[in-house]
Amino acid sequence: MKRLSAFLLMLLLAMSIIPMPTAKAEPVTINVYNWGQYISDGTDGCIDVNKAFTEATGIQVNYMTFDSNETMYTKLKTGGSSYDVIIPSDYMVARLIAEDMLEPLDFENIPNYKYVDEAYKNTSYDPENKYSVPYTWGTVGVIYNSKYVDKADIGSWDLLWNEKYSGKILMFDNPRDAFAISELLLGMSINTEDRDELRTAAYKLIEQKPLVQSYVMDQIFDKMEREEAWIAPYYAGDYLLMADENPSLEFYFPEEGFNLFIDAMCIPKGCQNKAAAEAYINFLCNPEISGENLDYLGYSTPVSAAKDYMDPDTASSEIAYPTAETLEGGSAFMYLQPETSQYTDSLWLEVKTQGGVDTYAIVCMAAVVALLIAYFVIHRVKTKKRLANRCKKWKTQ
Amino acid sequence: MKSKALAAPYLVWMALFTIIPLAIVAYYAFTDSQTGELTLKNIANLGNYMPILIKSIWLALISTAICLVVGYPVAYFIANCDEGKQRFLYMLVMLPMCISFLLRTLAWVALTEDTGIINHFITSIGLEPLPLIRNNGAVVLGMVYNYLPYMIMPLYTVIMKIDHRLVEAAEDLGCNGVQTFKRVILPLSTPGIISGFTMVFVPAVSTFYISQKLGSSGTTLIGDVIESQFKTAYNPNLGAALSLVLMVMIFICIGITNKFGDDEEVMAP
Repeated sequence: MKRLSAFLLMLLLAMSIIPMPTAKAEPVTINVYNWGQYISDGTDGCIDVNKAFTEATGIQVNYMTFDSNETMYTKLKTGGSSYDVIIPSDYMVARLIAEDMLEPLDFENIPNYKYVDEAYKNTSYDPENKYSVPYTWGTVGVIYNSKYVDKADIGSWDLLWNEKYSGKILMFDNPRDAFAISELLLGMSINTEDRDELRTAAYKLIEQKPLVQSYVMDQIFDKMEREEAWIAPYYAGDYLLMADENPSLEFYFPEEGFNLFIDAMCIPKGCQNKAAAEAYINFLCNPEISGENLDYLGYSTPVSAAKDYMDPDTASSEIAYPTAETLEGGSAFMYLQPETSQYTDSLWLEVKTQGGVDTYAIVCMAAVVALLIAYFVIHRVKTKKRLANRCKKWKTQ
Repeated sequence: MKSKALAAPYLVWMALFTIIPLAIVAYYAFTDSQTGELTLKNIANLGNYMPILIKSIWLALISTAICLVVGYPVAYFIANCDEGKQRFLYMLVMLPMCISFLLRTLAWVALTEDTGIINHFITSIGLEPLPLIRNNGAVVLGMVYNYLPYMIMPLYTVIMKIDHRLVEAAEDLGCNGVQTFKRVILPLSTPGIISGFTMVFVPAVSTFYISQKLGSSGTTLIGDVIESQFKTAYNPNLGAALSLVLMVMIFICIGITNKFGDDEEVMAP
């Protein structure tokens, strides 16, 4: 009886933590998985995109964020959660397509796709336009604080290797972006698959490591705005957000070239509500929504008609919409073979774990271990002697 | 029989959420990430991470030692107060644990940063800012701050239970303060020291958040490496192998500490 009641109690407990399948017809909910700080959420009186979508369609949005393509990829790969819309970058879209992790889109449900500029169709990552709809595009450059950084030092990626600013430099916390910087500085292609070149790039990053304050992604906002760090490579769109908070922050496109990226909306395999997901994608392509959303974000819109709904200052910003001449320096990430990705991951781990291991720790550990062993040996011998003495005493008594 | 039935739910729980997951970790540790075949490759590659593992253990040991040195007098003091005061002081020790661990660590970041509260104060009175954050010391500080209650609690429980008559007897028989402490109180509180050591050392050695927030780019600990394998690099096999080795290391360390406890029994004739 007791066992039964205990079992029932357990069952009850288990049931309370497992969400029950919804029985009644609840409003449709879609799970959206996007980059952090990557949608207008209603702050400062801007549009709240997700709320506007729910109002327009009645579909609820369960919005979640990731901080790098790799995090998102791992989350998808390990499963356990299903997403309806994801917004990865170009090279990750290519990888997801290659690994058959995306659903082909039904463009009948995405009529607003016609607003997307031709320049962002037939891209190298999705040549047949089957799996993705561009959300934003942008560039990677160097953000620096003009209060502390000498103007004479800027212009190149080597600012991130400048010892003068040791401890005040931030760096990307994902292998693809970090390696791209090192490769550009060394004059390599950012899509190199040559192992020697990748290794050389990794050495360059190891060389930089003692100067790096930390490897971060979205924490960069906080650190740059509060001047805890002075120099950081990051996405141009985010620079515009940061500069609103701290006007001393400035931005430049490094002369060696930079990464030009497109982040695109896709539907992963295993999605629950494909039609609702497509409605969401369609909604974000609406020029008015895209305009207001990206006006807040600072990233660049692939929908030219959206510029009419933007603050003219943003629409004409040379950082958000660089001149054709500047854009010539940009290059896009291509799909890398899985072996190369894995090799880069292992090199990245090497970079992250390199250095900082002081011989003193090892010496001290050895000393502690030696002391412990000595203690035990002496203690053993002593107690044995004492016990032997006692036995002797008892025998003589 | 009765006690067995009562333990059944927990036994089921243990099997489901401890034994089976551990078996899965072991399985991952010995399989190849690409082909899924059995391999020793993951374990064989761990040599690269030995310096980091040693560093993690070393920092955790320092933190545990500091926790012991700081926590013992506190526990002793609390255990010797009268009851009402005891309850109040005990609650004070526990109080920080009611606030999220992440939040408490972030608070330390806000305090110790170059532009943080402490340095802001120092620079405002005209001094040079101090390098308070992003070094080993800051990581140890974070560990000590976060895990100190885990040291005080078991120590307090054990010291509180020491029969005061034993202390009086020792004094009657001519022991001075130091001798009473060394021969009576310390041996009797050894079980508390051992469980305190375990409860601080184990989480400290596998921590990753503290080192990320308070450490520099050079204070990567073994917990950070394991986290990255699961979170971004998608190499659960290497992560599992590292976790397994870390677990073995922790068992060895606990085994050594338990030796201290065993020895005391030999003392009795």
